[in-house]
Amino acid sequence: MQRSQTLGEILDSRGVSRRAFLKYASYVSALMALPAGSAAAMAEGLAAARRQSVIWLSFQECTGCTESLTRSFSPTLESLIFDFISLDYHHTLQAASGEAAEKARETAMAENKGKYIVVVDGAVSTKDGGLYSTIAGVANVDMLRASVKDALAVIAVGTCAAFGGIPKARPNPTGAAPVDEIVTDKPVINIPGCPPIPEAMAGVISYLVSFGKLPELDDLRRPKAFFGETIHDRCYRRPFYERGLFADGFDDAGARQGYCLYKVGCKGPVTYNSCATLKWNGGVSFPIQSGHGCLGCSEPDFWDQGGFYRPLSTSLRDLGPALAGAAVAGAALGAGAAWASRRHQAAYVKEQAASEGGKK
Amino acid sequence: MTLLDFARGPALQAALIIFVLGAVWRIVGALTAPWRLVPANPREGALSPAVAALKGVFVKMWPHKPFQQAGLFTFVNGYVFHFGLAIVVLLFTPHILFIKGLTGLNWPGLPSNLIYMVAVITGASLIAGLVHRLRSPVLQLISRNDDYLSWLLTFLPVVTGLLATSHLGARYETLLALHILSICAFLIWFPFGKLMHAFLFVFSRGMTGVRMGQRGAEL
Repeated sequence: MQRSQTLGEILDSRGVSRRAFLKYASYVSALMALPAGSAAAMAEGLAAARRQSVIWLSFQECTGCTESLTRSFSPTLESLIFDFISLDYHHTLQAASGEAAEKARETAMAENKGKYIVVVDGAVSTKDGGLYSTIAGVANVDMLRASVKDALAVIAVGTCAAFGGIPKARPNPTGAAPVDEIVTDKPVINIPGCPPIPEAMAGVISYLVSFGKLPELDDLRRPKAFFGETIHDRCYRRPFYERGLFADGFDDAGARQGYCLYKVGCKGPVTYNSCATLKWNGGVSFPIQSGHGCLGCSEPDFWDQGGFYRPLSTSLRDLGPALAGAAVAGAALGAGAAWASRRHQAAYVKEQAASEGGKK
Repeated sequence: MTLLDFARGPALQAALIIFVLGAVWRIVGALTAPWRLVPANPREGALSPAVAALKGVFVKMWPHKPFQQAGLFTFVNGYVFHFGLAIVVLLFTPHILFIKGLTGLNWPGLPSNLIYMVAVITGASLIAGLVHRLRSPVLQLISRNDDYLSWLLTFLPVVTGLLATSHLGARYETLLALHILSICAFLIWFPFGKLMHAFLFVFSRGMTGVRMGQRGAEL
């Protein structure tokens, strides 16, 4: 496969029909809620584009994001994305190792200066110079800074890269930080999720390659097309919430009836993602459909929200001892005030009596 | 820390501690304070203090006949928003879960849509009460900043709760955070202003009943 070939030529040589290509473009356009004419524009853009050089950096992560992208139920869709890009560096997927691997990254950066995309999965260790996570002896934070220097854009894939995720959870021993805290001079797109939905990753990369610009993002730099609505808004169990029908546990009658999981800690009302619409494994299911509440994995600090099974309307803290102490202190203050009042009253009565005795 | 984390975390904790400390302080203070009864023997045929206290609490729940016409709006409207608030606070499932988290007590809730309707009526009733207060020269004369602040801090949780459940004006988590923060403000002010009547009205009415009963007045 030659880098000088356009994507259209590459796909043609692989026997991918124009019809299939247009179907893919239409699918991605629909996923991202683009205007009707965008499917053709995206198809044309993709066909005319050269394969996009992508450097994929894996830092403090579990490889779940890569697994999500590569092992989805419909590999034809997501594998198409690998035809669009030239994945020049990726620990899990590359054949090269050691110095050869690092050389490949440096070559890709030099050959595609100002044009390549850096995809990051995993949080970036920053404490003590980032020594808690290194690759080839280079701290993640230094490799990230060096890699994004001449990049076109950076895509932070997964909650760890986007918001720090589990590595950043208290007490955050490695000083884990999200990508956009390190990279401040390049466009950063966050595609959070633990892992992110494969279609969201594929859609954003397709959009970048075909239109050469960033999709519309929200205030957390997430593509609005995939993170514009809450899970709760699109949840098929929402009518049960409105009717006040809830599961009180995971094995009670309410759970068997498929009632709303709000009481057992579902974070759907404050979680922006497409799980309820795109679903997983080729649209088979998503966590709530499988009987478990949403963990809010695409939101910042989801690991430190007081517990997955703590309902959203409750306090994040255990207030029992503090409130008991407040009640005791309040009772002491009240009793003290009453005692002072009695003393004052007694003194007043005594004074009055003395005054009246003096008059007599 | 997001606004919602702040609201659900330190803000709620601080507000609840102030609320419990202040409310217990005032209740214990009121109950253990010296009773300032008239230093005279009860009038012949006077009600016993217990009966007089109970009559004082319950008989005053509806105005005497001569005042019914003039005070009808105040009483009816007062009942509407008080019952409305009680229904919204005690029978909305997320609120029940909040109370359960604090006390361990649990009970069934009402459908959310019914709660929305009650909340709208409650909000309208509160506005009507404020308009009535502002239009009445007598009420204006006896109203203090405490009254208006107490009204505002009661109204805000109703409005922010409705906005949050309707997703109107901002993102849900922002509205939920504002709703919780408005409740925090309500809880902080509660023990120190007229909102405390929710606990103290029983004692003050009871005490009034005892005093009136001692004098042989009809309750």
